[in-house]
Amino acid sequence: MISSMQTSRWNAILVPVLAVILGLLVGAVLMLLMGYDPIAGYSSVFQGIFGNSYFIGETLRAVTPLIFAGLAVAFAFRTGLFNIGVEGQFIVGQLAAAWVGASWDLPPGLHAAVAVLVAMVAAGVYAGIAGWLKARLGVHEVITTIMLNYVALFGSNYVIRTMLKGATERSKDILPSASLQSEWLTNLFEGARINWGLLLALIFVLISYWLLMKTTTGYELRAVGFNPHASEYAGMNVPKNIFLAMLVSGMFAGIGGATDVLGVNGNMAISAGFTGIGFDGIAVALIGNNNPFGVIFGALLFGGLSFGADNMQRVEGIPTESIQIVISMVIYFVAASSLIKWLLGKFRRRQGV
Amino acid sequence: MPAVVEMLGITKRFNGFTANDNINLVVEKGEIHALLGENGAGKSTLMNTLFGLYQPEEGEIRIRGERVKITDPNMANRLGIGMVHQHFMLVEPFTVTENIILGMEPRKGAKIDIEKAERHVQELSDRYGLRVDPRAKIEDISVGMQQRVEILKTLYRGAEILIFDEPTAVLTPQEIGELMEIMKNLVSEGKTIIFITHKLKEIMAVCDRCTIIRKGKYIDAVSISKTNVDELASKMVGRHVTFEVDKTPAHPKEPVLQIKDLVVEGNRGASALRGLNLEVKAGEILGIAGIEGNGQTELIEAITGLRKVKSGSVLLNGKPLENRKPREIVESGVGHIPEDRHKHGLVLDYSIGENMVLQTYYKSPFAKRGVLRYNAIYEYARKLIQQFDVRTPSEFTPARALSGGNQQKGIIAREVDRNPDLLIAAQPTRGLDVGAIEFIHKKLIEQRDAGKAVLLLSLELDEVLNVSDRIAVIYEGEIVGIVDPAETDHDQLGLMMAGGGKGGK
Ligand SMILES: Nc1ncnc2c1ncn2[C@@H]1O[C@H](COP(=O)(O)OP(=O)(O)O)[C@@H](O)[C@H]1O
Ligand SMILES: [Mg+2]
Repeated sequence: MISSMQTSRWNAILVPVLAVILGLLVGAVLMLLMGYDPIAGYSSVFQGIFGNSYFIGETLRAVTPLIFAGLAVAFAFRTGLFNIGVEGQFIVGQLAAAWVGASWDLPPGLHAAVAVLVAMVAAGVYAGIAGWLKARLGVHEVITTIMLNYVALFGSNYVIRTMLKGATERSKDILPSASLQSEWLTNLFEGARINWGLLLALIFVLISYWLLMKTTTGYELRAVGFNPHASEYAGMNVPKNIFLAMLVSGMFAGIGGATDVLGVNGNMAISAGFTGIGFDGIAVALIGNNNPFGVIFGALLFGGLSFGADNMQRVEGIPTESIQIVISMVIYFVAASSLIKWLLGKFRRRQGV
Repeated sequence: MPAVVEMLGITKRFNGFTANDNINLVVEKGEIHALLGENGAGKSTLMNTLFGLYQPEEGEIRIRGERVKITDPNMANRLGIGMVHQHFMLVEPFTVTENIILGMEPRKGAKIDIEKAERHVQELSDRYGLRVDPRAKIEDISVGMQQRVEILKTLYRGAEILIFDEPTAVLTPQEIGELMEIMKNLVSEGKTIIFITHKLKEIMAVCDRCTIIRKGKYIDAVSISKTNVDELASKMVGRHVTFEVDKTPAHPKEPVLQIKDLVVEGNRGASALRGLNLEVKAGEILGIAGIEGNGQTELIEAITGLRKVKSGSVLLNGKPLENRKPREIVESGVGHIPEDRHKHGLVLDYSIGENMVLQTYYKSPFAKRGVLRYNAIYEYARKLIQQFDVRTPSEFTPARALSGGNQQKGIIAREVDRNPDLLIAAQPTRGLDVGAIEFIHKKLIEQRDAGKAVLLLSLELDEVLNVSDRIAVIYEGEIVGIVDPAETDHDQLGLMMAGGGKGGK
């Protein structure tokens, strides 16, 4: 049985890795069919990610918000909730950070910390609305979070336009004291916009894992997600835990939004459409098997491939869509992981392992 | 003539865990052959091997004397082997016939010849007395009927050897009687049946021979005419099993649970309990007898805080419990072995170790300042697993992977070890084998002898009669009488449960 536990742990790593390889193979076949050279294509993607330290820095910049979005989705999922509202919570986090960053006056460093904190609380409470509606009235979180996404998008546009308007169609720039950028990092990566947000993301991966797996709160949250009836029987407060799960999930999303404003852009744009980061978080969580550490892997893969694809289009003229297809195939193969597990099982049996 | 099925020296391992260890099973043509063993003995594994779902690591299989390697269920079908699984595999919105022909539809040109199929299904149904309507939709028919559809499915595919995996577990007593008749019809038409069960009465009633396995090992094969229930039970469990519950007379003391004029609403709004009065004393087992749906579930939910009390009072050691939070009730000394162990008793995706602290995870030594102490949790779990003989590969195994009996032992370990003043046991032995039943009854009596109050709720009259010190009969949300188990019998209880008794109050 110990050996079977090891097998399942191995599978948790092997399945996504194999899914990536299969996804890349399908992408290669596709490029061949379209008359491109897949080896050249992939090496230009590789170049686009690792080619120089600017590219590496920019890739990590793109990965940072995906880690937060992935964490938010994964956390909710592990507690039995499907948070489609990460997108909206991300936007609320952006807005809160932009507001605090531009209009409050605090010492450097502290200002950034307070802005992150306010964004975290605001997005948490925002997600908490959906949690409360589910816990008290039984309204399904998928419906409420989708609606709240739109409220966040149009609401934030309105707030920026009426209260926070800067020079162009953007919010006022944040004060330097609230910035998460670091000259040292920027120089190290030759001007890339990598920032302290990445460090925050890694810290919150640890926090998320610790909270979920090592605390009594996490024990309750997971129990309620798996089996609310047994949790009630055992004396846990089921509505409270549903609310709390959404609150925490939204907090992760909110910090992601804050790092985007405070670390990358310095302001928030009035936008006609969604950022897409919240939705990408669903894919990231899926690739990462809803495990906080797996989320890092999912975000690196997703962010890396999307970012590297631009270079491929520039250098080889292969449309970035082919990389979108590779990503979709990876997600598909992860989702169809039972297929891969089955293949692995066959393989192991033949090897007599 | 060679035996129709010979499984010789079969060994099947799952990741190093040996589920079948050198097992022999020889079945003659035209007999009903029982495969007997406790939960988790390896019966389903052995049959899945015969049906081609698993490949054995060692051993050989002969069908009608010929050595075969059954690689998949299709091959089993070709060899005339059909299996009715523990869990049905039917498509709900389809009709009986559509389900039966699924995967081998008779065609007329490009179209499915449904009329022909229906005629064939009807023929088969009539011939073996299955009484199935070929046009009925699966979702509209009873569980017993669905099982007969599964049987028809195997017959339609030309099965000569039928494997029934615990078919009676899901049936009502009347349906069990009907199934037995069908099995007799099948063998009289020349079919061979392998019948898995752990209910000894059923084996004595219909089987010709019986192969017994225990913990994955072959124990014996016996003729039913030359054996009896006691012998079968001790072979299955590996020691002498008593069917009589042996216990000394109770010494009841002060009342622990006092319920007065309890009124509780049911799920549909009507009153499920209508002024119920009940008292359970320290050092006694009070059994509640009643027909399902007379308020038993609501009574327990009201005591444990899972359902609102409309009026009346529930006192535990003199302190009111009504409409308190479940956690307060747990902490004030109530243990509860719930009726539905999968729904309420366990978080199936948690390890059995984590389940052992389902109500106490936040307390020392299992947690300190909100942080779980997994070392302490698993150490405690190991202790309970050993003390209560929970058969599990380890304390880290998901509860889902344990057999029903061992899941139940885990719950009992947890509830008993918290040492509650009142232990509520709702259908504690449903679906379990004799060994586990005996164990659980012993634990309930131990609690009683330790001076605890035990409230036992069971739909099995034998259980209520054998284990209780007093029996309260519930009918339409009221206790209609209290009787002494030594001075009553099935008939009197049956009458009272149907609302026809007057028994002393
Ligand atoms: N697919 C499987 N993987 C691992 N262990 C299994 C599997 N199937 C059964 N087992 C284990 O093998 C043992 C025998 O199970 P089973 O054949 O289902 O018993 P029975 O049908 O007699 O109750 C049990 O301990 C069970 O946990
Ligand atoms: Mg079985």
